[in-house]
Amino acid sequence: MSGTFVGMPAFPKAAHDAVRDTTLRANLRHATHTIRDKRAVAVAELADWAALREAGRQIKDRTLHHLDAYLVQLEEAVTAAGGTVHWASDAAEANRIVADLVKATGETEVVKVKSMATQEIGLNEALEAEGIRAYETDLAELIVQLGEDRPSHILVPAIHRNRGEIRDIFASEMGEWGRPAPDGLTDRPAELAEAARLHLREKFLRAKVGVSGANFMVAETGTLVVVESEGNGRMCLTLPETLISVVGIEKVVPTWRDLEVFLQTLPRSSTAERMNPYTSMWTGTTDADGPTAFHLVLLDNGRTDTLADEVGRQALRCIRCSACLNVCPVYERAGGHAYGSVYPGPIGAILTPQLRGTRSELDASLPYASSLCGACYDVCPVAIDIPEVLVHLREKVAERGGPGHRLEKAAVKAAAWVLDHPAALAAGERLASRTRALHPKRLPGPGASQWTESRDLPEMPAEPFRDWWKRNRT
Amino acid sequence: MRVALFATCVNDAVHPATAVATVRLLERLGVTVDFPAAQTCCGQPQYNTGYRRETEPLVRRMARAFEGYDHVVTPSGSCVAMVRDNYPRIGRKAQAEGRGDAPAEAASSLVPRTYELTEFLVDVLEVTDVGAYFPHRVTYHPSCHGLRVLGLGERPRRLLEAVKGLELVELPGAEECCGFGGTFAVKNPDVSAAMGADKLRNSLSTGAEFLCGADNSCLMHLGGMLRRQDAPQRVLHLAEILASTEEEPFA
Repeated sequence: MSGTFVGMPAFPKAAHDAVRDTTLRANLRHATHTIRDKRAVAVAELADWAALREAGRQIKDRTLHHLDAYLVQLEEAVTAAGGTVHWASDAAEANRIVADLVKATGETEVVKVKSMATQEIGLNEALEAEGIRAYETDLAELIVQLGEDRPSHILVPAIHRNRGEIRDIFASEMGEWGRPAPDGLTDRPAELAEAARLHLREKFLRAKVGVSGANFMVAETGTLVVVESEGNGRMCLTLPETLISVVGIEKVVPTWRDLEVFLQTLPRSSTAERMNPYTSMWTGTTDADGPTAFHLVLLDNGRTDTLADEVGRQALRCIRCSACLNVCPVYERAGGHAYGSVYPGPIGAILTPQLRGTRSELDASLPYASSLCGACYDVCPVAIDIPEVLVHLREKVAERGGPGHRLEKAAVKAAAWVLDHPAALAAGERLASRTRALHPKRLPGPGASQWTESRDLPEMPAEPFRDWWKRNRT
Repeated sequence: MRVALFATCVNDAVHPATAVATVRLLERLGVTVDFPAAQTCCGQPQYNTGYRRETEPLVRRMARAFEGYDHVVTPSGSCVAMVRDNYPRIGRKAQAEGRGDAPAEAASSLVPRTYELTEFLVDVLEVTDVGAYFPHRVTYHPSCHGLRVLGLGERPRRLLEAVKGLELVELPGAEECCGFGGTFAVKNPDVSAAMGADKLRNSLSTGAEFLCGADNSCLMHLGGMLRRQDAPQRVLHLAEILASTEEEPFA
């Protein structure tokens, strides 16, 4: 399986296959239900959760409203602290900047901190094309990379894999990338973790260049923040001589005090922890401590366009906790790969079509990959009204027409006319009731046949309610 | 008290028994019910599929049809959620896009007086024991929009618990979506069917004779799957259980 998403089928087609993969569904069901139950407990511990959620929403909205000013302030602070800031308008520009920076060091390999931004731009593939090997060091990302697989979850990229599958990947692939897995490796978690630890340690100690993203950037001090659970990130952030951080422009917060809110809501929402085990912060460079060169690549890649959309911009509040994935009934059945993006699940369904546009069939299908049940909105720690944005994006897709939507629009217009003429509606209902003996349980044709694939159509009543009312109450 | 019944298009055309039950129930509780014939559909299917402007005439129609009533009552949480959550949005956007104030005025007029049936019973009539009799084992599926958008909470369960003879059994995973989702069931048939199948597995595991809900659109989806499986369970709208009495039992 390739690491890219280009040319993937539309969501319903991709989901069709995933739904039939019983191992995948069992893995996903077990994992998401475990995390969601733990999250509910961790959140219930805080009496002021609603206030924290509202504070997070407001901080993010205020920052986005003045994003230009905070980014300039951030650039000044990073520069003053000894770092260098680069601005990248799209994926190609960001990849070129990073590749040039690595080449300038004379190195041909980098160690990576788990980062959504670098996945979004396909950095690993771009570096490989330039003869530079990028090693993922997050355990789950390592599993994905070794398996030549794609991530399927924001926080737990290998959520679709079980222990047996991971053992097989380690045993057959680790040797290709560095230190091989020990002989006789079993699927015991401790043994798997030890194999990964030994494999990665070799890379941490050798690497001269580290590449990261960041969860937050503090404008007032130019400080970047990574929160993680394994400590691998901290190794990559502190051991190499050169550190390159690629960060989406929406990750900026104005002050240190603002972090207080997110350092409470992020770990509880994502891993159900009161506090994440490792919080690493770096501000430019420091003599005789950590990297001697620091580069910050500020990534736009569709974010400015998203910001211009009054309804859709709330997606930029996202702090990538993935709570919405873990409660989503659609994600649970379809799996992360069906979304065709590094951002799967409900947040992916609104973020991807905004960052990439809706030109491709896949991207145009994403706003419909939801039953609008609202569970995602309920758990979102920054109160992104995902259902609202989904419907808003559907409107844009429907407006443009495209395959399937022209016919749909005609049908909606016809229905709208009938529904605005109660006499016509009553006549139609009466006709449906009078001919009910002729109605089949299954129907041909698009839409109807899909409906009746797994369900019987309801039997039509002997008379519509409005006729009953006329006979009995008037 | 005089109220207007909003039957909803689904109940009118496909599940009239639910609307009839709502009328009988309310009348039994001393309420005078009117059915303004100018009503049709709240516009939710169109709106949720991405056809917002096509819903504007329906928003105006709703306001005209229910003009002059203090209470508009409907046995569908989903349609109330459409009015309460989306009508104001439709109104604001119509204004912003220069298509007049009518949808916004319709929204502000309808929102405060549109009630889902269990809200109306518990909050307005202040009754939980409606004098119903239904000697069956029942499990309850709280549909997403009633649960999350309206926050119906324990109201439906409290009403069911007060029904004489009824044994209410808890539905595992009750708060999970059944997979209907309007046009979602057509646009993503595989995922929709998988969600429905899981919901039914949970429902059948309770051994209930009836899977009760307060939204016929969800029940249409689940009932259609039950019939296809020849499963020993039927779906039934809450209003029909509450309307059932010893004198006039559920048929």
